[in-house]
Amino acid sequence: MIRVMLPAHLRALAKSESEVSLDVPEPVTQRSVLNALEARYPVLQGTIRDHVTQERRAFLRFFVCSEDWSLESPDAPLPAAVVSGAEPFYIIGAIAGG
Amino acid sequence: MSRVRVLVGTKKGAFILSADGKRDKWDVSGPFFAGWEIYHVKASPVDPNRIYASQSSGWFGQVIQRSDDGGKTWDAPGGGITPVPGEMPKASNKFVYDTSASGKPLTTHQWYDGTQHPWEFKRVWHLEPSLTDREAVYAGVEDAALFRSTDAGQSWHELPGLRGHGTGPKWQPGAGGMCLHTVILDPSDPNRIYIAISAAGAFRTDDGGKTWKPINKGLKSQYIPDPNAEVGHCVHHVAMHKSHPNVLFMQKHWDIMRSDNAGDTWHEVSGNLPTDFGFVIDVHAHEPETIYVVPIKSDSEHFPIEGKLSVYRSRKGGNEWEALTKGLPQKDCYVNVLRDAMAVDSLDSCGVYFGTTGGQVFGSADAGNTWMPIVQSLPAVYSVEVQTLP
Repeated sequence: MIRVMLPAHLRALAKSESEVSLDVPEPVTQRSVLNALEARYPVLQGTIRDHVTQERRAFLRFFVCSEDWSLESPDAPLPAAVVSGAEPFYIIGAIAGG
Repeated sequence: MSRVRVLVGTKKGAFILSADGKRDKWDVSGPFFAGWEIYHVKASPVDPNRIYASQSSGWFGQVIQRSDDGGKTWDAPGGGITPVPGEMPKASNKFVYDTSASGKPLTTHQWYDGTQHPWEFKRVWHLEPSLTDREAVYAGVEDAALFRSTDAGQSWHELPGLRGHGTGPKWQPGAGGMCLHTVILDPSDPNRIYIAISAAGAFRTDDGGKTWKPINKGLKSQYIPDPNAEVGHCVHHVAMHKSHPNVLFMQKHWDIMRSDNAGDTWHEVSGNLPTDFGFVIDVHAHEPETIYVVPIKSDSEHFPIEGKLSVYRSRKGGNEWEALTKGLPQKDCYVNVLRDAMAVDSLDSCGVYFGTTGGQVFGSADAGNTWMPIVQSLPAVYSVEVQTLP
């Protein structure tokens, strides 16, 4: 199972815990993880990636194994630690006030 | 005894204010969708327990929420958990401009610097549930377009005739963005809809949204190159009384305007107002010639003159106005009242309500003669709607 950590607002939208577990078919990539997340929680469609372009929304970042994967190809295989469930896939919102 | 429910959208969530017909004691529930901007909350006139909310965020985009129990519980239509992933369900937040005719954007619009700019969806400013169909609801969005859902908010489709009728390249954003903020459904003619856009102007369809015409003759805007242009006017809000659907009242950027022929022509009725800049305008529930505005000092100073918050009422459809100040702050009040932040109830003694960017919601149970604060410390109020319930 792939573990995904959601920021608070997305957790509230999905009515989920902060960590959700997903079955993701291989190869496990950003795209396949997000596809599985949105299939399980349809309300998250459009909140992480643009509906049409499927590009990451500007104020969100993806972190894996303490590294920023936001600018990596969405089809790049994620590290084995994520595939095995040892490490989660983090979706993080930019920190700002107001 | 009848009761009222005031639906409040704010910068940091939605609130519901409830009272019985006396309207002197209020229960406050919320915040709903805490931390999100709630541009608008409005209930279906067909099913008063069905309420829609436009929830948006610079981080996460747009979500439509719906309650079917009068605001107690909320769900994004179509957004429940899918037990077994399969075909992707519809998402209530999917607003995609129509490119079906050509596969390309219908048009571009004018950017702040005068260059042409592609349409980019940002948020839903206004939700207008159908007057007759429980499942139908319209959404006015930024960048300006009109969408319709016929499945209670689960899926949305643009009415492309509005953007496609030819003047789109002359539309331009106001300071708040290029928003379609006003949607008025004609109760006497299901094919007639009025909308208004900042800064393009007012438009009307007489065929259910297939084709549209600008209805801006008589508007004069000194801040645009051609003050009498067909489009380009910064219309802030339009109001109509259901018994006089051909009579429209407009708060333009500057000027209070009136039309007696469904928007074909307009004339100014600012009369003796101390300033005719402002955002809100509304009509008394039982007196079609009684209208309300909140004058704001200017387009560069968005607060009441001398810090004195005043509602102005005309009982003659404009031109002759009286200040209504009893119960409103008359000192050091530097708030604004945004375009969708005034509403009226339909009890025998008409109630009037408005919210401020200072987080106050004021109510009057006597048509504006006296006011009381219902709440005073909400986040900045974006919108106020009222339901009159049995």
